[in-house]
Amino acid sequence: MKNCTEELEDIAVDGVEEGFASEEFCPPEVELSRREFLAASGLLAAGIAAGLPRMAEAEAKGAAATTTPVMAAIGITINGQKHSLQVDTRTSLLDLLRENLDLTGSKKGCDHGQCGACTVLMNGRRINSCLTLAVAASGAEITTIEGLGTPEKLSTVQKAFLEHDAFQCGYCTPGQICSATAMLKEAQRGDLSLVSWESGKDSHPELTDAEIKERMAGNICRCGAYPNIVAAMRELAAKGSAA
Amino acid sequence: MNPFSYNRVTSSEAALHAGTAQGAKFLGGGTNLIDLMKSDVEQPTALVDINHIGLDTVVMTANGVRIGALVRNSDLANHPLITAHYPLLSHALLAGASPQLRNRATTGGNLMQRTRCYYFADTAFPACNKRAPGSGCAAINGFNRIHAILGQTDEGVTSAHTCIATHPSDMCVALYALGAMVEVTGPKGKRVIPVLEFHRLPGDDPAKDTVLGEGELITAVTLPTAKFTKHSWYLKARDRQSYAFALVSVAAGLEMDGNTIKSAGLALGGVAHKPWRVPEAEAVLAGKPATREIFAQAAELMVKGAKTYDHNAFKVELAKQCVVKTLMQAAQST
Repeated sequence: MKNCTEELEDIAVDGVEEGFASEEFCPPEVELSRREFLAASGLLAAGIAAGLPRMAEAEAKGAAATTTPVMAAIGITINGQKHSLQVDTRTSLLDLLRENLDLTGSKKGCDHGQCGACTVLMNGRRINSCLTLAVAASGAEITTIEGLGTPEKLSTVQKAFLEHDAFQCGYCTPGQICSATAMLKEAQRGDLSLVSWESGKDSHPELTDAEIKERMAGNICRCGAYPNIVAAMRELAAKGSAA
Repeated sequence: MNPFSYNRVTSSEAALHAGTAQGAKFLGGGTNLIDLMKSDVEQPTALVDINHIGLDTVVMTANGVRIGALVRNSDLANHPLITAHYPLLSHALLAGASPQLRNRATTGGNLMQRTRCYYFADTAFPACNKRAPGSGCAAINGFNRIHAILGQTDEGVTSAHTCIATHPSDMCVALYALGAMVEVTGPKGKRVIPVLEFHRLPGDDPAKDTVLGEGELITAVTLPTAKFTKHSWYLKARDRQSYAFALVSVAAGLEMDGNTIKSAGLALGGVAHKPWRVPEAEAVLAGKPATREIFAQAAELMVKGAKTYDHNAFKVELAKQCVVKTLMQAAQST
């Protein structure tokens, strides 16, 4: 198995100049800025040959600011467990979960907030973890699919999805279930949706199929398991159960 | 994504101070900014996280409500003061984005949304005056189905002024109809900007979306005394039923006396660089009975002077039909 520096050298050899997140390849406690990495990999020597004064001048003008990763210390609670770690400020909450903490239940679909596969709960509210910076989530409590239930003890939403065969390939399912879990709580406290206004309901609307579809619109299912997802949600809504 | 420093501040004073750093941007919900940073459309070198400075309440004032800039779209749409007195705002907010996005998106951030023009959002296209000032406009001769029909600058493909982008917000369309004000603070002090003047038309500087100055921070949005509580509607026409941007949207509020319209607030979304409001269209409704005929007259005035492109000519008729339908709904709703 290669060590961290070798991994990074491979990347440099492949010509990837920018955008690598050292956190993805190094344990959290190792801080390796691009400058240190360059020195370690011997590329700085090439820089000297090409004229270090010019590089220094460029750095002085702020050019380095566009290439040097900025690391930050964060503290975050995930599924009840506290984590303290260093992250590249560019790291999304989704990448933190998947790449740094091996919580691969949350899925990367579009990585642009359009598909909902990355949905997690932040302080109890459903959000797109791909559009949330890990550093901005510092101090928050995150619940992922891994924190909702276990194979031995499924949550009621997970059970309903199984019973109604509410998935095919399963890729969107963790996001669907996190989203559904929050959606039932939102509905229980009386939150409105576009469908509520369109159907003339301005207080505690009932979870009709139209309401369920609108409230779950932030989660796309490429297999088209929507009818069974709605069926699962319909049953849960009728039971009045959320978590 | 280029690297950036991160600075979490806990007061608006600290935010203003940190915001003066070169290349700094304020981070609210981040649902638009982070997305554009991933595509290198936005390249801030410093993010000032304003999520912990407060400004997250909705309060009743002597003549309306004040909405803190950090109030989330989902909280605003469900706030009792808003659902009870300004249903139009709740209705429009809930027509936008998805529940997950609304849980993060803020009131101030929604005002600051960038256009969803494909050519702006994709750096593979070299020409975009909004993203790269002076580079021209790829949309003019491109796939311009979602683009502007009103208020655009069209001096040809290569002109540094040309821009046919539209503003994507639903919330803002309602704010225009309601006559909201935007409170800002900045290095030169505080000021209040009518929302109608907050966003710009492209003019000769398409890179600039708003009149907000360097380092200025939105602190609140205020709404005047509610006039349209009983008669308002928001209609959004789009390619799918939910979770899509508007091709055309309409926010309408009517102040009624029996079947007579006392006053009207009317704005179009998806047709221009900012929500489109036409005082003459509102004036033609005032004092008249609420009929389809008068609504059709207002609709004609709303799209007066429209100029269309290869793929968006349908928007003129769609906008007119949507205006009439929205006003009919508003007149009926109670």
